[in-house]
Amino acid sequence: MSWILLIAIVAAVVWGISAYNGLIQLKGDTLNAWKQIDVQLKRRHDLIPNLINAVKGAMDFERETLEAVIQARNQAVKIQAEALPTGGVKKLAAAEARLGAALSRLNVVVEQYPQLKATANIGQLQEELTSTENRVAFARQLYNDTATSYNVRQQQFPWTLIAGMAKAEIVELWEITDEQERAVPKVDLSSKPKA
Amino acid sequence: MNRRRSAVLVGIFLLFFAWIGFGGDYIFYLSTMPAAAPAASSGSRTPYHHTFPWFGVGATLLAVGMAWYSWRNGPKQVLWASGAWELVQATKPEEQQLVNVVEEMAIASGLPRPKLWIVPDNDPNAFSTGTDERHAHIAVTEGLLTTLSRDELQAVVAHELAHVKNYDVKLMTLLAALVGVLALISDGTWRFLGRGGGRVLRGRSSGGGRKGGGGLVVILLVLWLISVLLAPIVSRLLALAVSRKREFLADASSAQFTRNPAALAAALRKIEDASAPTTAIQRGSAHLCIADPLGRRINAKQGFVADMFGTHPPMAVRIARLKAMAYQYDKTGVLPETV
Repeated sequence: MSWILLIAIVAAVVWGISAYNGLIQLKGDTLNAWKQIDVQLKRRHDLIPNLINAVKGAMDFERETLEAVIQARNQAVKIQAEALPTGGVKKLAAAEARLGAALSRLNVVVEQYPQLKATANIGQLQEELTSTENRVAFARQLYNDTATSYNVRQQQFPWTLIAGMAKAEIVELWEITDEQERAVPKVDLSSKPKA
Repeated sequence: MNRRRSAVLVGIFLLFFAWIGFGGDYIFYLSTMPAAAPAASSGSRTPYHHTFPWFGVGATLLAVGMAWYSWRNGPKQVLWASGAWELVQATKPEEQQLVNVVEEMAIASGLPRPKLWIVPDNDPNAFSTGTDERHAHIAVTEGLLTTLSRDELQAVVAHELAHVKNYDVKLMTLLAALVGVLALISDGTWRFLGRGGGRVLRGRSSGGGRKGGGGLVVILLVLWLISVLLAPIVSRLLALAVSRKREFLADASSAQFTRNPAALAAALRKIEDASAPTTAIQRGSAHLCIADPLGRRINAKQGFVADMFGTHPPMAVRIARLKAMAYQYDKTGVLPETV
């Protein structure tokens, strides 16, 4: 009889170890996905000054649109510095949504200047911008998927016993609330450099 | 669903391989069982007793060796044979777009960025190869870059990255090695029988038959011989079935990465319409491509024959499944797990 008990204990310990490791793995994946967002946001922020410089000369009278982009960008940079998956995701998401909206307005304006669009430099920048928006979106998608499975796993029954030991915490998802932000990819598609 | 089905198929394949290898050993073990009376075999030499499964161990080692060899050299050979050149620094706008799209899909799939190759061929097609996710290669033809829109290119790249993420390159390399070994075994058996080896076997098993339990051995032996002779066909069909299941799986994963199944459907339609064979891509790497590069009519057809012999599922079925996925995604906002 006692060896049955022993087997049960050993099985429980083995399960506990693998569950613990599984949670730690998910936590690591989540943090890694967050890092990926960070990298792509930084790329987005770094690209904007180049874009502004390229279009500034030709659209001097669109100062308002340009100012809005610069302002939204600087604010997003500030907020990004202190955001973590366990706090500040909502604020960062809102700031990035504002930036995305400002950028899409700029993109619409650029479309109205055929001579500006004709220069290869702008075409390249637009492709970079499209790609950057996509990268941010896909990094966000990966983060949300990973974070969701992390959140669900640590609340499910047997794992919830281990969650405290693995220092698992519920992380915030990057949710899109702004309608304008949802519309960003649609605007970006117009910049396809297609033959 | 596709994942489980292909796992079952691989299991059947491995069982079949084990039956050819170790099943043969077991039958020889039974049929060379030393008889109770020492006079069972004439002559002074002691009769051979097959106790160690040389056959199975040998076949397994051979398969592992072949898999290892083609795994080490396969990616290089496939790329070299297609005449692809590596895209290191993009110069043209469409190359830059390709680099960007690959980067985006690497982010979406959570994989490291693969190496990029361009195949100088006007037919739109793409394939992936590589040993693991850190040493993955994606090759696209020039025709693909000029034919597809940005979204469609993204979907195709996602399909290829899905092959990397699902370990399809490893799996198909292993299966190809097993098919090769089985073909060798079968060939050897044919020759053995042709040289009159069959009489030896028959003599032996009937010799053991008198000692009891021989009927079973004879039946097993006949079954085994039949399966050995049929092994090349059976194993190839199994490998093709696995290949088709992995193709559906890669389509589904592509939609998972892009959240845009309609783009892949549109890309497949365009690739299908440009139905000239992709001459740069060889027969051996056909299963790695997004569409059959040989332009064989068989992959276009539905029905029994196409179900058995195609490397890819019929294009119409793939497109229909992706469209169903897109429809469901539009309606519910949730992407179905499988096509």
